[in-house]
Amino acid sequence: MTATAAPVDHPYGGARRIPVFRAYRFELVKLVSQWRIRLLVLACWIAPALFVVAVSQQTTLPVDTLFGRWMQSTGWAGPLVTLGFAGTWALPLLTSVVAGDVFAAEDRLGTWRHLLVTVRSPRRIFAAKALASLTVILLLVVGLVTSSAAGGLVAVGNRPLVGLDDHLMTPGGAAGTVLLAWACVLAPTLALAGIGLLGSVTLGRSPMGLLLPALVALAMQLAQMLPLPAAVRLALPGYAFIAWNGLFTSPAQLGPLLIGIVVSLVWAVTATALACLLFLRRDFTNVTDDGLTRRALVAGVLPLTGLLAVTIAVLPAVTSATYSGSGIQQAKVERSLATAFAHLYRMQADELHRPAVTEEQLKSSAACTKGNVDHDAEGAGNDWRCVVSWHLPDSEATGQAVYQLDLTADGRFVADGDGPKEVNGYFLVRTPYGDAPNPLWQFDSNVELLSTSKG
Amino acid sequence: METLNAIRARGITKTFDDVVALDGVDLDVTSGQIHGLVGPNGAGKTTLLGLLLGLAVADAGRLEILGTPVGRALAAPDGVAGFVDGPGLYPSLTARQNLAALAALRGNEAHAAGVDDALDQVGLTAVADDKTRGFSLGMRQRLGLAAALLTRPRLLVLDEPSNGLDPAGKRHVHRVLTRLAAEGVSVVLSSHRMDDLEELCSEVTILATGQVVFSGPLSKLADENRELDYRLITSDAQAARRVAAGTAGVLVVDDAQPRYDAEALVVRALVPAVDELVVRLVNAGIALRELAPVVSPLEAAFLALTEQQEDSR
Repeated sequence: MTATAAPVDHPYGGARRIPVFRAYRFELVKLVSQWRIRLLVLACWIAPALFVVAVSQQTTLPVDTLFGRWMQSTGWAGPLVTLGFAGTWALPLLTSVVAGDVFAAEDRLGTWRHLLVTVRSPRRIFAAKALASLTVILLLVVGLVTSSAAGGLVAVGNRPLVGLDDHLMTPGGAAGTVLLAWACVLAPTLALAGIGLLGSVTLGRSPMGLLLPALVALAMQLAQMLPLPAAVRLALPGYAFIAWNGLFTSPAQLGPLLIGIVVSLVWAVTATALACLLFLRRDFTNVTDDGLTRRALVAGVLPLTGLLAVTIAVLPAVTSATYSGSGIQQAKVERSLATAFAHLYRMQADELHRPAVTEEQLKSSAACTKGNVDHDAEGAGNDWRCVVSWHLPDSEATGQAVYQLDLTADGRFVADGDGPKEVNGYFLVRTPYGDAPNPLWQFDSNVELLSTSKG
Repeated sequence: METLNAIRARGITKTFDDVVALDGVDLDVTSGQIHGLVGPNGAGKTTLLGLLLGLAVADAGRLEILGTPVGRALAAPDGVAGFVDGPGLYPSLTARQNLAALAALRGNEAHAAGVDDALDQVGLTAVADDKTRGFSLGMRQRLGLAAALLTRPRLLVLDEPSNGLDPAGKRHVHRVLTRLAAEGVSVVLSSHRMDDLEELCSEVTILATGQVVFSGPLSKLADENRELDYRLITSDAQAARRVAAGTAGVLVVDDAQPRYDAEALVVRALVPAVDELVVRLVNAGIALRELAPVVSPLEAAFLALTEQQEDSR
């Protein structure tokens, strides 16, 4: 005769699930044991320092990169140049390799069933994998910041940083703002990580799953280069990769940055939740089912497309962003240029040991045209031409200088001096201590796409 | 005396879209029993093993594992271990690291001795610190078994555990499974290797197209079974052939087969008829040097039962 043991008599009755922390630690062990992850950690903790030190020793600086022209002036420019590069290339690729592969790796190795038998909870497996990916990504990001800052400080030193509107930031202020900028780009990095998790769950062994964050990031960068309305630009989850620039103006341009962070976080949560939902629905008894199904793609892609559409619809209602405007208007360009010029004029006067002058005393202003348009000019382009005027104390004369602006669709511009040569005609100026770079010869600044601050 | 059931399944049904993988399957496995699961490809073996390991939930029926009714959630009760479709190993970790990570995952990280013991049981101590990337299929199977042993299971579910094993590896695995069964651990294993099943299992379940076509002891299978082909080697093949032809219930079949072995005689008969043939040969003064089934009873039954099932569909 046979009988089934009663649960109360059985010491092994019931399914005891593995705590998330242990599953998380297991996932970390697996991730860190991979040579490519180890290589990435090593690269992120060493390569930025080497890059910053090497570039800081060059005679030619990467002036086409934001803050690149200041790499020999302060150690805090290095981590910002690294941040610009990271937002464009490094962070999308890092999230691809880590989050984009964390589920697909189990498909490749055929270990799903083994993992499920051990952990006994797909929900906990998902949580552990997501947290482990996040931990590794954070480790890599911290490495990028620490390494680039260390390289800059060692090679150049803890010196004041010239902000994006060309005001001078104290070393302490620069350090805090640099760290804050890196913290801000964690939001779009999380959005890409969420997309990576979604791609890894839905596309399984397919290389597309691994590449998804990088492809999405590339698409967003291409979109940012197009003359899109500000509302669309801000609705993209990668906008915070650009909007951190606003921290380096005085006052800080927080509006676009906060919008960018919120949008990124919403994308991160939505993509992760979708990935979780699809993962929990997966049939693990079918070895051929690695998630590559039309239903999974539809369940992943459609909601995110919907989210983008909703964000584009909502933003104009809650911000000053519009569907028609680029956010780059003539008045804003003029104000931004005049502000930057005043900051730099003061710096030049200091370099040349001329009588000290303040921005308020200069009363700088600018008059710009775009091509043949004199009034209400708008939009990106390299055909902006501006005349900056200023006054010196105790002088009736009005100084004037001409600048050609190359203004990109994200609001950033490079102002190139076009005379008079005494002001902005030479790359170097002669100081009592020798030749020094002329701050008015060429400089960077930006136009805030939203009218949330005055600068 | 009551025998505890490690598995008690009644009317288990599982479908995938419009494919019926399991159709009203009953299964009983008692404690300390090694139970074989046999069936052609697509018979539903892996699905059934998946249900036992908590990888899937049945659509209908009642399943109790180690005395615990299995609910709708994906999870097997504690005390169940094993693998389907090969063991899950991480190639970037060594054999020892794989097991240690698993032990830590289960909260047994202090039991390093358990890892060493498990490796020793399956004969992998010598390669404990090698990355599993370079492991052969047989080594992977043995490490998978070691991983299952770490949990001190009461029910071990193994899918094709002998795949890729060399004779020494097979001996290790058989020894481990036999010892576990002697200690009261129930083992359910699927295999296409009938010799393994006959050597290890006290009971088998034969599945065909999602249905159970036989379940019970191997001896019952042989008793119930229809005629088998037997190969006889005698001192006088011609005389033996004449005796066989004159024995009721015995059919000489080797004439229809290619003659690989001129001295051998192949007959088809039930066990009582074979017994009668042996008596007649001895009485006729013909020495019987060898008598064995051409295919094992299990294999013959497997082929007959599964073919019957296919024909009836």
